[in-house]
Amino acid sequence: MGSRTQEITDKKERKDFFNVAIATRDVYGETLAELGNIKKDIVVLDADLSGSTKTKKFSKLFPERFFNIGISEQDMIGTASGLSLTGKIPFASTFAIFATGRAWEQIRQTVCYSNLNVKIVATHGGLTVGEDGASHQSLEDIALMRVLPNMTVIVPADGFETSQVIETITDYKGPVYVRLGRSKVPSVMPEGYRFQIGKAFTFNIGSDITIIASGIMVSAALDAAAILKNKGVDAGVINMSTIKPLDTEALLQAASKSRLIITAEEHSIIGGLGGAVAEFLSEVQAIRIKKIGVRDSFGSSGKPDELLKFFGLTSDNIVETALSNL
Amino acid sequence: MTDLIQSRDIDFLKEQARRIRISILKMLTEAGSGHTGGSLSSADIVSALYFYKMKHKPLEPKWEMRDRFILSKGHAAPLLYAILALTGYFDVNLLHTLRKLNSPLQGHPSSKLLKGVEVSTGSLGQGLSIANGISLGLKLSNIRARVYCLLGDGEIQEGQVWEAAMTASHYSLDNLCAIVDLNDLQIDGRCSDVMKIAPVAKKWEAFGWHVFEIDGHNMEEIIEALDSAERIKVKPSVIIAKTIKGKGVSIFEDKVEYHGITPTPEELKIALKELGENG
Repeated sequence: MGSRTQEITDKKERKDFFNVAIATRDVYGETLAELGNIKKDIVVLDADLSGSTKTKKFSKLFPERFFNIGISEQDMIGTASGLSLTGKIPFASTFAIFATGRAWEQIRQTVCYSNLNVKIVATHGGLTVGEDGASHQSLEDIALMRVLPNMTVIVPADGFETSQVIETITDYKGPVYVRLGRSKVPSVMPEGYRFQIGKAFTFNIGSDITIIASGIMVSAALDAAAILKNKGVDAGVINMSTIKPLDTEALLQAASKSRLIITAEEHSIIGGLGGAVAEFLSEVQAIRIKKIGVRDSFGSSGKPDELLKFFGLTSDNIVETALSNL
Repeated sequence: MTDLIQSRDIDFLKEQARRIRISILKMLTEAGSGHTGGSLSSADIVSALYFYKMKHKPLEPKWEMRDRFILSKGHAAPLLYAILALTGYFDVNLLHTLRKLNSPLQGHPSSKLLKGVEVSTGSLGQGLSIANGISLGLKLSNIRARVYCLLGDGEIQEGQVWEAAMTASHYSLDNLCAIVDLNDLQIDGRCSDVMKIAPVAKKWEAFGWHVFEIDGHNMEEIIEALDSAERIKVKPSVIIAKTIKGKGVSIFEDKVEYHGITPTPEELKIALKELGENG
């Protein structure tokens, strides 16, 4: 962590997102606006969604450092790349599916191949986009970003963690993808928690199972672990907020102490957190891994809670999976 | 390595273009694969940029005040390597390693491997967006440097080019000068047969650019356009340079098949003779 980050942390006016249910995109907007005061090299780009991605706040405060590129995500990524080549720290934001899908090849060829200091912070990841439906619900973005060399992939679990992620990646040099959500999420990370790239947070390791979760599913995993405890099952939870590079040490600990690993993510079970965990553990340890996530399908319109139930992404689904596989 | 000599002298610039062509042909023949036609067609333009127009320091490639050159048509990598070697960014002997394993001279330019390459290119249609970002960044930092971006004519079939064309105009990037190498050929044939790009000048004009149309092999016209572009304010400039693919070697000129194949040793001999080079 750089000293300038410490400076922000020490500032009285710094907003504290600990212990509040809040959408991670809202925290992004607030944090970016605060950082903009201190780090004059930060520039922000958006593709006509600044009201939704919450970069609008930055645009109002620092209009000369905000570039709306219009509805052209490929050009946005290229422009961000060019800005990084002049020493700026560009944050490029739009919805997750457009950032990673529409502009994937620009991210590969320009950002990652040249290893540029571009931060892609996308909102509206996963099912909890809600009513807009499948076209806007990104269930593939983690897979698309994780496969790229030089890319770091982060999915914060709550507002408190999001604010730290945004501060941290400002000081990190290199391509980063951060996936944020549209809907409010409960606060889950403990007071005093400090985010580090590549370092998972282990709430506890269960002797029966450990649930490896990311994003909004960390909250569901904690609920599931509490329910399982009442049923006599010792369940642990790890928040794997950095999906790349994966915290393999934390995984090895869980795999050596638990009998079953469950992964939980608001993403396709193909190529995301579950895929990453399975890829790693299958080479080093004989342990069963069950994946909770969207099972190779598109999303749908509906209320976020209804969607999570419909697609099997609730604490109850985790509990059932645990009980039927132990 | 030699010190960089820059001049507005037409004969000097023509001579540098000739040396660039010789270097391109030699390295491509040795490599046995690569893009001949499109490297030769832009040689005069690139000679004018690096030996006259651009402020740059080959021994200090990251000099903050430098003018930037983005080769959006990344397959013309041999052209970029030739000019960088001739202006002293790296040892000319490195040109023998083109396209070989572990060489910094990759088939398409890689900025992480080679000094003087501003950004990796090769996938068409992406360079102008990058050039825009650099232009914006330079303006924000109050650096009075210019950005040049060389595009192929087939390349402007990519939609992203027109997204970028809008952005450059919207943000009034008058420190940016795009150059379109209009040689009318792409891998599959004439541009007009594969996918019509005409009217090229009217398209750029409609997108809010100041357009110069020149003969891309006439050194006077090239430097005149580069000088004039610098005086255009509030809008970006584009130089549409009518060129001949394979220019300089009659057996390659305007031949679609020489887009992506290299000279045989026999063809190289003929080519070098035509360019007034023995051996």
